[in-house]
Amino acid sequence: MKILVSAKRVSDPNARLHVAADGRWVEGDVEYILNPFCENAIEGALQLAEAHEGTETVVVGIGDEDTARFLRQGALARGIDRALLVNADEAAIDSDLIARIYAAVVAKEEPDIVLLGKQAVDCDSNQVAQLLAEYLGWPQATFASKIEVVGSEVRVTREVDGGLEVLGLTLPCVISADLRLNEPRYASLTGIMKAKKKPLDELELDDLGLGAATPKVRVVAMSTPPGRVAGVMVKDVDELILKLRTEARAI
Amino acid sequence: MYDGPFFTDDHRAFAATLRRFVDRDLTPHVAAWDEAEAFPREVYGQAAALGLLGLGFPEDCGGTPGDPFLKLVAAAELARAGSGGLAAGLGSHGIALPPIVGLGEPDQIARLVPPVLRGEVIAALAVTEPGGGSDVAHLRTTATRDGDDYVVHGEKTFITSGLRADLLTVAVRTGGSGAEGLTLLAVEGQPAGLTRSPLKKMGWWCSDTAHLHFDGVRVPVANRIGPEGAGFLGLMLDFNGERLGLATMAWAFAEVCFADALAWAQLRETFGRPLIHRQVIRHLLVDLRMDIDAVRATVERLAWRVGQGERPVAEVCMAKNLATRTLEHVAGACVQVLGGAGYMRGGRVERIFRESKVLSIGGGASEVLKDLAAKQLGW
Repeated sequence: MKILVSAKRVSDPNARLHVAADGRWVEGDVEYILNPFCENAIEGALQLAEAHEGTETVVVGIGDEDTARFLRQGALARGIDRALLVNADEAAIDSDLIARIYAAVVAKEEPDIVLLGKQAVDCDSNQVAQLLAEYLGWPQATFASKIEVVGSEVRVTREVDGGLEVLGLTLPCVISADLRLNEPRYASLTGIMKAKKKPLDELELDDLGLGAATPKVRVVAMSTPPGRVAGVMVKDVDELILKLRTEARAI
Repeated sequence: MYDGPFFTDDHRAFAATLRRFVDRDLTPHVAAWDEAEAFPREVYGQAAALGLLGLGFPEDCGGTPGDPFLKLVAAAELARAGSGGLAAGLGSHGIALPPIVGLGEPDQIARLVPPVLRGEVIAALAVTEPGGGSDVAHLRTTATRDGDDYVVHGEKTFITSGLRADLLTVAVRTGGSGAEGLTLLAVEGQPAGLTRSPLKKMGWWCSDTAHLHFDGVRVPVANRIGPEGAGFLGLMLDFNGERLGLATMAWAFAEVCFADALAWAQLRETFGRPLIHRQVIRHLLVDLRMDIDAVRATVERLAWRVGQGERPVAEVCMAKNLATRTLEHVAGACVQVLGGAGYMRGGRVERIFRESKVLSIGGGASEVLKDLAAKQLGW
């Protein structure tokens, strides 16, 4: 079996971002982390590989050399076998183009399972797995909280409102990982050392036939949330209710 | 934090792993472990899985060789949990194993070392005796040959992890007086005649510290580490690394105290302004920052020299003294900045303040190290 997983770097949710001068992206002293849902996907792939001997795991990242750092330290150091870096400007691609890039990589690699983070915590689009399944014509199961391979079928448990839903998918398929799929392991020191020697191949968009591809979504503007306004003291309950009704429109 | 010329992506990746481990699995429990005067054995297994226990040990016995800056990173990240007791307990194998790795036979190393680095066996070094600490050459615990065993009589004290240790590297006297009469024995499990008593301490509460009484304890000759009389040589393998490790630990804990004091000074308002706006506090914090930076520079330079294969004994002695002296005064000053909050039990600064003294004593008291430094410098 071969499993393809995603590794996207995202700006640290705790970092203070500044909107760039052109108003369409962020800049500044941005600290990046590996997208937590991608960590779940990586862990999911490793657990499947441990349960099914002979499984190869491949991580795919889109970006520049800093993304390569996350491929090594976040995926290869944890035990993923090899990495593919697709060189592209992260600011100039949208979810759809990412899905098309993955579809092209899938055509080259021919995996049995593509396991992606359900969304990236920077833009929270939650589209790539679904778009990819559509481009490939493969079955999909999103927000997986449990994955089991039973014979030629993959059983994916999804947490839905009020309970669990279990889907049976034929291979090959696309799955997106939810936070509760697993607890990602730590990258050990030994893993970090070994990761340096694992293969990391680079691909250009041209190699994937996507040199001329353009995103379908354009970022028009970005802005920071409005600053918090100071609290107001109210005289009595009546005034509070009045303000909740007329100003906050909360009741 | 790790942006100097000595640090690479490997160091930063290991730091990121450790930071997560510390934040998730250690920090939330440290105060409770300290009050309970023990941390769970499972922590050894967790630390081993990360490569923390095997760091610096050869690959063929389950370790991960690495440069001294990985150790610096490990000390700095582990210190963020705010418990020297935890660091000391988790690291007790760091002085128990090097004599075995350095002097032991291949089969002894293969049998004794890997289980420790896997976190399954707790290892401790037993050298200090009630009659003397740093005066290693005059130890009184004896081991007398009887057939295929040595029979050990004597007492050891202040032994870190001594209560829980499944493997004790024990310095005994097999020959005449002086350093030449010392031999190392690996004592496994809980043999008859070995009594362990817990010792209460000023700090390092969650690390167990024991008084060991050997009353005719039989140790197979096969567990002798190196030849008879090689004990002092074996212990020498520990000294420099241990002292640089303690200097690094002292620096790391000073950083933690400073971080908490600075954060508090920026937050805490008195008489309508944050503390940090008061000149007396601003200047104090700048002074502390300067002192800590000097220690860091010293420790980093020595780590670099050790990484080059040098053995700078005098400089390491002085670095340990500089670092521990700095921690004593930094921790005290930071408690003062935190005020009443700093005196309350459960916080990092309060705990580190109580723990600062042990670093100036353990691994060679400041006074002994000064004399050793002078001697090494040829004075």
